[in-house]
Amino acid sequence: MTNHAWSLLGLYLVLLLLSVWPLGRYIAAVMEGRVRWLRALERAIYRLCAVDPGQEQGWLQYALSVLVFSCLGTLALYAVQRLQVRLPLNPEHLANVSPDSALNTAISFVTNTNWQGYAGESTMGYLTQMLGLTVQNFLSAAVGIAVAMALIRGFTRHGALSIGNAWVDLTRVTLYVLLPLSLAFALVLAGQGVIQNLAPYQAVQALEAGAQPVPSTQTLAMGPVASQEAIKMVGTNGGGFFNANSAHPFENPTPLTNLLQMLAIFLIPAALTATLGHLTGDARQGWALLAAMAIPFVAAAVLAISAEQQGNPILTGAGADLNIGVAHDSQPGGNMEGKEARFGIADSALFATITTAASCGAVNAMHDSFTPLGGLVPLVLIQLGEVVFGGVGSGLYGLLLFAILAVFVAGLMIGRTPEYLGKKIGPFEMKMTAIAVLVTPLLALVGTAIALMTDAGRAGISNPGPQGFTEVLYAFSSAANNNGSAFAGLSANTPFYNVLLGVIMWFGRFGVIVPVLAIAGALAAKQRIPVTAGTLPTHGPLFVGLLIGTVLLVGLLNYVPGLALGPVVEHLLLWTGSFGGAQ
Amino acid sequence: MNALEPITLSRLLRPAATLLLILTVLTGIAYPFLVTGLAQLAFPDQANGSLIRRDGRPVGSALIGQAFTGPGYFWGRPSATAPTPYNAAASGGSNLGPRNPALRAAVAARVAALRAADPGNTAPVPVDLVTASGSGLDPHISPAAAEYQVARVARVRGLEPARLRALVVQHTQRRQFGMLGEPRVSVLQLNLGLDALR
Repeated sequence: MTNHAWSLLGLYLVLLLLSVWPLGRYIAAVMEGRVRWLRALERAIYRLCAVDPGQEQGWLQYALSVLVFSCLGTLALYAVQRLQVRLPLNPEHLANVSPDSALNTAISFVTNTNWQGYAGESTMGYLTQMLGLTVQNFLSAAVGIAVAMALIRGFTRHGALSIGNAWVDLTRVTLYVLLPLSLAFALVLAGQGVIQNLAPYQAVQALEAGAQPVPSTQTLAMGPVASQEAIKMVGTNGGGFFNANSAHPFENPTPLTNLLQMLAIFLIPAALTATLGHLTGDARQGWALLAAMAIPFVAAAVLAISAEQQGNPILTGAGADLNIGVAHDSQPGGNMEGKEARFGIADSALFATITTAASCGAVNAMHDSFTPLGGLVPLVLIQLGEVVFGGVGSGLYGLLLFAILAVFVAGLMIGRTPEYLGKKIGPFEMKMTAIAVLVTPLLALVGTAIALMTDAGRAGISNPGPQGFTEVLYAFSSAANNNGSAFAGLSANTPFYNVLLGVIMWFGRFGVIVPVLAIAGALAAKQRIPVTAGTLPTHGPLFVGLLIGTVLLVGLLNYVPGLALGPVVEHLLLWTGSFGGAQ
Repeated sequence: MNALEPITLSRLLRPAATLLLILTVLTGIAYPFLVTGLAQLAFPDQANGSLIRRDGRPVGSALIGQAFTGPGYFWGRPSATAPTPYNAAASGGSNLGPRNPALRAAVAARVAALRAADPGNTAPVPVDLVTASGSGLDPHISPAAAEYQVARVARVRGLEPARLRALVVQHTQRRQFGMLGEPRVSVLQLNLGLDALR
């Protein structure tokens, strides 16, 4: 870790922590219906939808609402991609997206995964980007936050049949949280150089025109990028306008936009812990959850940055100077393959840690070219279930599942009935928690196994040796946990990967959301139990440690064999001087 | 305690379809068009690609790198875009793993090409000059990578190295606000400045 890396990490944490309390409070006010400056629009929406905002839903109706809304969204996004040739705003006349790719992308964006099997600038017309992808960037984020709110209501209500109204929650989150934040952020991005236009691709005459083998003109891809870029980050979506995602200078032109994008990723997931604190009337509970997210995050960031700065002995062996041990600023040094010069090592490796700790999946450097340990960090963060901040909403409800698991484990140790936030945790809640916690590793590992046992799966691998295995494990971990980043050497735009990953993304999302809402319904019906001397406090360092331990234990038990076969072997081979591509 | 409504398909479909339609119009049409309008008003240059014009004609974008192969120009980062380097309509990195033999071969070949173009230069080759960028469109190199090439460009162009170094400094950006990102040199702008030297 260089001084620059430490100061960047410090600045990042300070700015993030400053935003948590005010934004968390604001989101709590929005969800309680106390923010009303768009109430005329809000009322018109409810009238058109024939929704009575005062009529609440039970957990099953809430879950079905979210499911039907997401199914219709998938169909709409599929249709836009399949019809884009006939739709306006496609100046490059890009062809209709293939059926399997369109299905994969539709599920990918509706589930907030934003895995991309396609290259944006050569696949998606402007209308598809706006009317299709941007819309689901908003709506999938709104679904995540709505479900988290429903779970919080499960804890705060007692003897209740209902956990809120999904239509009202989705509308309020979109209008009062996601749209204003995105609008402001998009304009800042545009000011820094992120493009925002509807013009055809711009041809320019290259300066060294005529020199072989360089073409004499360069065609610059254009498009409405800033508007999509903003919600891509704020909604922890991560689907890039361009193939290179946030490494592309038109998506992420300056170190300032890079910092703001990193902040935007954690903004809502971090603030929601404070929202929980407000709504439960005990701010310390929110801070404890925030600590349980922040501590593993900082450790992961330090490991990733250090590994990338240490570099790759193969680059040194090939004659490159990695600036190791000499702290001078004239070059970033380290492992620069797949990284941008303006970001260097620290701003790239920190971004990789953040985007995978949250379920964002945007990348500003190519994870497949990271060092084995530098690439292990994003993979493990994804495999922990996207609860180290996690996605908007999904991070909070994911961590609350682990909190329930933690009090259950603690209850077994001290021989008391587990309780959390004033609610007894019974057998039904534990069964639902077990399903929700185990569904993603099951999908990731079974998917990896299927891909490795079939020719169609192995055909996508591009790097030899353990790295090729890691590409597949990363893809299925990313899909099952709805992250969306990739070890992008994997050629995944094939019917096999598009369909299999599509199915896995869907169940990785809704296989967790439905049990979470069932827990919310069950908890809301229960009576509040008073705090006694025998209650395990869930706001202190002891519980934070227990919670982090539970997250790590479950994640490692599921994935250590896979990690050992992939990045760990790759690391050992790299540093013992085995340079070949032995299979 | 309010009684719950019975769950029926029509009670789910009507609000789901209508809300999807309304929010699609708001977030998929109103929002991007509003951002486009405001950005075109407030930041027309940036919103249209930060184009650099010479004699009125666009010769590139300040944010997008171009390929340079002649010894009389500063070279940028290697680019892995297909089918040709710096294809700004098909961004992407090499995705070569850290132990992939192709990575070692590519880096060794780039080091050899730099050495061949400037046989007398024994300075170490900065890693960013021989590794492919993530986007394939990286407009920048490190100040060390520019310094490595000063002697070659000066010799080919018949210029004083000191004059070139001054030009490099002129096109070097420091860390933003002193603490963000890396110091860097814009290769296209440096080469445009080079052509303007007489």
